Amino acid sequence: MLTTALILLPVAGALVVAVLPLPRETTAGLALLVALMEVGLWIVAAARFDFDDGGLQLGTSREWVESLGISYSVGFYGFSLWLTGAAVIASAAAIGYAVWVGRDRPRAYHALMLLLTGAIVATFASQDLLLFYVSFEAMLIPLYVLVGVWGGARRQAATLTFVVYTMAGSLLMLASVVAFGVTQGTFSLVDSGTSDNVWVFLGFAIAFAIKAPLFPFHGWLPLAYREAPVEVAAVLSAIVSKTAIYGFLRIGLPKFPEPADDLSGVILVLAAAGLVYGSLLAFRAPDLRGVIAYSSMAQMGLITLGVFAFDDLGLDGAVLQSVAHGLVSASMFLLVGMVEHRCGTGELASLGGMARGRPLLATVVMVAGMIALAVPGSATFAGEFLIMAGVYGQGWGYSVVVALGIVLAAMYTLRIISAILHVKPGPAVRDEALDLRTGELALILPMILALLVLSAWPALISQSSFAGEELSGWTAYPPPPEETR
Amino acid sequence: MIETPSVDWLALSPTVALLVASGLALLAAVVVPEWTRKAVASGVALAGFVTAAVLAGVVFDESPTPEVLLSGSMARDQLAALAQVILAVTGAVVVLVSWAERRRDNHGEYYALLTAAGAGMVFFVSAEDLMTLFLGLEWFSLCLYVLVALDTERAASLEAGLKYLVVGGFGSAVLLFGSAFVYGATGEIGFAEIASASSTDDTFLLAGLAMILAGLAFKVSAAPFHMWTPDVYQGAPSSVTAFMSAATKTAALVVLLRVLVTTFPNEADIWTIAVAVIACVSLVWGNLAALAQRDLKRLLAYSSISHAGFMLMAIAANSERGGEALLYYLVPYSAMSVGAFAVVAARERELGRAVTLESLAGLGWERPFYGIAMWTFMLGMAGFPLTGGMFGKLFVFSAAYDSGDWWLVLVGVAATAISLAYYLNVVRWLYMRAGTELRLAPAGGSPPNDPALATAVGAAVVVTVGSFFAVQPILDAAADAAASLPF
Repeated sequence: MLTTALILLPVAGALVVAVLPLPRETTAGLALLVALMEVGLWIVAAARFDFDDGGLQLGTSREWVESLGISYSVGFYGFSLWLTGAAVIASAAAIGYAVWVGRDRPRAYHALMLLLTGAIVATFASQDLLLFYVSFEAMLIPLYVLVGVWGGARRQAATLTFVVYTMAGSLLMLASVVAFGVTQGTFSLVDSGTSDNVWVFLGFAIAFAIKAPLFPFHGWLPLAYREAPVEVAAVLSAIVSKTAIYGFLRIGLPKFPEPADDLSGVILVLAAAGLVYGSLLAFRAPDLRGVIAYSSMAQMGLITLGVFAFDDLGLDGAVLQSVAHGLVSASMFLLVGMVEHRCGTGELASLGGMARGRPLLATVVMVAGMIALAVPGSATFAGEFLIMAGVYGQGWGYSVVVALGIVLAAMYTLRIISAILHVKPGPAVRDEALDLRTGELALILPMILALLVLSAWPALISQSSFAGEELSGWTAYPPPPEETR
Repeated sequence: MIETPSVDWLALSPTVALLVASGLALLAAVVVPEWTRKAVASGVALAGFVTAAVLAGVVFDESPTPEVLLSGSMARDQLAALAQVILAVTGAVVVLVSWAERRRDNHGEYYALLTAAGAGMVFFVSAEDLMTLFLGLEWFSLCLYVLVALDTERAASLEAGLKYLVVGGFGSAVLLFGSAFVYGATGEIGFAEIASASSTDDTFLLAGLAMILAGLAFKVSAAPFHMWTPDVYQGAPSSVTAFMSAATKTAALVVLLRVLVTTFPNEADIWTIAVAVIACVSLVWGNLAALAQRDLKRLLAYSSISHAGFMLMAIAANSERGGEALLYYLVPYSAMSVGAFAVVAARERELGRAVTLESLAGLGWERPFYGIAMWTFMLGMAGFPLTGGMFGKLFVFSAAYDSGDWWLVLVGVAATAISLAYYLNVVRWLYMRAGTELRLAPAGGSPPNDPALATAVGAAVVVTVGSFFAVQPILDAAADAAASLPF
């Protein structure tokens, strides 16, 4: 019931916001209230969740289409509950930011944002393949309009490439969903067995690779992240990308152990290439959003390395890193939005010197940046270290690439920190540009605090994602073949 | 004294109800004073369609086992009854769409023809021999020829009527010729009798099969028998287009399924391939041509060709699951199609000219209700979740996959991908182009309030979205209907 409530609350909120003819501020406030209630509901769910139990919890299941074995079946595992947590927090912050800047047409805007939140939570909660497909697709409907209507100057091109890429992936996935479900006789992820069909696995893998995005399926990323309203970009990079990780963890590995194993070499190489390539692009990008966008791509490569490490360390690291990156990336995008709001541009060449006289901005950017570059002791460092250790089993070269990725992350993050805060004041930075306001701080600080907590205690996530040592009751990754790997 | 066969009036009642309504509407055109003519005629038509829907529902309930009536010329089964429900509900919604159509006169004639066409279709779907098949086809086609050309002051409407008459007449002739071949080959006209009398490798029978398939494909508007569709859909009055796109297609597809499965089970390995190829061509051609359209009615016409392709995929599966998929698909498809043409009609009445993509600009913000409705229909046609369109595609694909036509599934997936381009383009025009230069109120003042049309659009949205959440009841009915055919 609680899980259903988590899904339905934002959807119901969206309907109320869309239908009630309230004034601007009230509409925005109502949307924010719903988003905060969603966070509260998630806290209740987390409190009731038994992290020592590896099975499905808070589950509900109801027949939907009996003859095909489709059901409305939702619930959480440890890792998906954590991903959902990052999602509801980041989307509350995003809605808060939209309230703060006062987006046009607030009824439509906030209704779509809440709908997006509901679809994301449904994706993380779904335990039925068709429900997963439905929610995965449903995310696209609000995103399409959010980017297309409220985006920047080239928003139409951005929506077009975004939709073409994601729909190409989704339709391949639909074909795979049909093939898998019809062959198995059920679409339930809990009841269905495994498949060894490489083509069906590929349909899923490509869809997830596009959504993440993984190299070389990232063609939509720069335009979408640059042209989307900044808080929508935050949601895209922080949480929508993590639905792909959930897909790999819940469908890719457990349902297709053999194909996943057979293709792991290719995927690992692509992920490693994406990590390095994305980092280099981030280092070369001329604007704030470009840096964050490409760094997001690099981080998704890193997380995928952890997923396809096929061992406890890698998987734990992948979940920890997903949550940490979700919060970091949302904070960074919102900070970018605040800087752009003050300076009217995100061009690195026009910025600079903002630390002087703006202590709050400087501190927050610095702290968020330090976590983003995985300074030892931070949550991201813990995640990257786990992934590095985990992927060592697949070949020491991958660990070297991860280490290289950490170095490159330090380079591009320091580059934007200094481009915003230090050097000489750029032409776009006026003396009147204010420090962070209380409202803006209230948006960022909760996420930073959550990151600091995770930095102090990363085991909170890494030890509870897959319920301890034995992954009891559910194999999250293929068992190693008889001969030792 | 001539011996007459016993008549099962309940099975005939939907047809009779619509015929009575047609007669009354025609009478209204003459007897009733002019100022109440429209109200009386449309009220009678609405009542006729609603009664027919209810009666067909009763027949559905009362006919768990299929029977043949009237010396084997008509079937009383759940397949026919379910199709009749869909047809009659579609007709009722179309009456609402037609209410505010700008027309100087001919109200009585319009509603009389509409109900008569509905009666023909309701009769057609229960055809059980070649004679009733042809009679039903001609019955509703003749009514539609006139309906298409009813706006006599518009040249486009007359042109469309003429085109439809010529091409439709050709299609009917092909069907009749094919029936003659089949009769010649087997000496039977009843569907089941032909099946048991036919011997394999009979060239005449195969020629007949091919011609019957082609004749019905004209009505389904499947490529390459679709040439008339864009012109006729564009030229006909929008409410008639709405009716044709949903009802004609429903009737023709259901009959095609019945004829192929009951009459030609021995030739199944041949016609499944033929239907699969036609489906494939329709998907490819319908979607590619739709990409190039600016006029919204033409765009929707090509989209309806591609939907014919999807539904033919289900027929090509030649399985109970395929029949189920087809009948399920028809429900959201009819709703989306009628709804989309209704929104076009609303915009047309507001602007006083043909609706192109450009003239949709800003509609989403100016008329939030129609905007969201059109958005829903477009997403539904593209097979997005939260609409029955998604389950329709899913069922069709799984039926095709189940029968081993995995290549057809891939074609369907590719076609869906292409279709997104133009469906989402409509959404883009609705919301992402400001309509400043078009914000003209043509006939003075704000556009006329049209509660009937709004009700129709609302009903279409409810069915489109409702068929997503309430899949099981619709699917159960579809399964019962499909079970009345001898798969």
